Amino acid sequence: MIRVISAGIYIAVQDLGRQGYGHLGVPISGVMDSYSAKLANHLLGNNENESVLEITLGNTILVFENKLSIVISGADTQPMISDNMVNMNRVLEVNTGDVLKLGKPLYGVRTYVAVKGGFQTEKVLGSKSWFKNVTEQFLVKKGDVLPVSPQKGFKTLKNASVRVDKEHFDARFIEVYKGPEFDLLSEKQQNELKNTVFTISKDNNRMGYRLVETVENELGSMLTSSVLPGTVQLTPSGTLIVLMRDCQVTGGYPRVLQLTENAIDRLSQKSTNDTFQFKLVDLNL
Amino acid sequence: MNRFEPTYKPYGSHAILIEWPSKIDKNILNDILLFKEKIVYYNTKVIVDIINTYSSITIIYDSTIRNIYNEISRLKSIYLEEFSGEKENIYRWQIPVCYDLKFGVDLEEISVQKKLSIEEIIKLHSEKIYTVYFIGFLPGFLYLGGLDEQLLTPRKATPRLKVEKGSVAIGGSQTGVYPVESAGGWQIIGKSPVSFFDISSETPCFAKPGDEIVFIPVNMEEYLSIEEQEVEKSYQLNKSIVND
Repeated sequence: MIRVISAGIYIAVQDLGRQGYGHLGVPISGVMDSYSAKLANHLLGNNENESVLEITLGNTILVFENKLSIVISGADTQPMISDNMVNMNRVLEVNTGDVLKLGKPLYGVRTYVAVKGGFQTEKVLGSKSWFKNVTEQFLVKKGDVLPVSPQKGFKTLKNASVRVDKEHFDARFIEVYKGPEFDLLSEKQQNELKNTVFTISKDNNRMGYRLVETVENELGSMLTSSVLPGTVQLTPSGTLIVLMRDCQVTGGYPRVLQLTENAIDRLSQKSTNDTFQFKLVDLNL
Repeated sequence: MNRFEPTYKPYGSHAILIEWPSKIDKNILNDILLFKEKIVYYNTKVIVDIINTYSSITIIYDSTIRNIYNEISRLKSIYLEEFSGEKENIYRWQIPVCYDLKFGVDLEEISVQKKLSIEEIIKLHSEKIYTVYFIGFLPGFLYLGGLDEQLLTPRKATPRLKVEKGSVAIGGSQTGVYPVESAGGWQIIGKSPVSFFDISSETPCFAKPGDEIVFIPVNMEEYLSIEEQEVEKSYQLNKSIVND
């Protein structure tokens, strides 16, 4: 078990999401940065869909109440285990009573703590990803105890580690495909989308990121249609909203761009006041 | 006979969007639902979800679609196939609603605005048969078509931060039931004791696109009794099969 001594602003258990229930209005959810979460699971020899703890902006203290193999990946929050600095992206062996402290991120936004065998939390509609009104729990609070599968010994992959490309965290370009309504935009609007350096507003969370700079817009709303994580909506006021993993399944604003899977991962490691530019790429047909 | 010529577009690398003329129209819905059944019938395992809205279908695949234009051609030929599978039953669900002023907090305002008595509003709302077009916005939120034009009411200028689960509301030309507590801008006219999204059930959402809904007015006493039965999971919704 893992006991939460202090919890940062937003911590939740996530796997790769709840696929296949969009037709019931259920968001996909899942880890925001799937690249970092998969990497941690691979290092532990877990299935890549195994549940991990997603910690937003660090500042968290956890106590291990079992002997465990863990990996910390994603945003570098200068992790310390019982007051010793430990490495990110490396298999660590912790003993009963060990304390993990995560500080402020040096880079990135979301840190993942993966454990061998994953978290033994409830599975709803095929997924362990927490989401309000779907799973009983949706937010880790101070004092919570998270069940993990007991581990007998440290057998596998001791000290296995990988080096992560820093580009993943400070990418200047976010790759996008044309969205379904891209062709309704004027050439001027299309160029604005490509050439503007956009800033992430403070209005950013697991549902979506609102951007600061606006695009001149005469398109109104449209008849409600499907949206996906990574869809960039253009609102009548000209504000852009990038939908993220917890987004609703339908929306009524023109869908002008669609982030690549990798771009969603990269954007989720950015936060308030970070800047980036969209880079239009072709579908690999 | 297929009377439409839907258009096909890639939507990211994992999905294909198929679009019909952009309007709320029962003929379009029926064409969409027939196509959906055909896609399921000819399904390949790589499809993880098929989501329809008023005038579109989004097919989500389990990974990057290789040769997306081949896949689009395949879908186009499926659209033209005659459907030889068994059609799913269409149900008409009877949804109890208590229009008591305690729940219908916007009834008085609408009554003034529309120059209709509260009794007339309730009558107009509960006399109609509504069609479920799709589920979206929130888990279990049914988008219903068929609201009487006299009840068309703009959304509130400032959305409420908290609309209770079960609230029955009108937003523009649409009406619906909030399946879970949520923020919301629709005008609230009543409350249903029925659960529209129940993860403990094998079918978390009883209704599906194409089904019909009628609202049955109940008094406070009946409301409370049904609510109690819902907690015990003993309440049986009344439904009938609608034949085409």
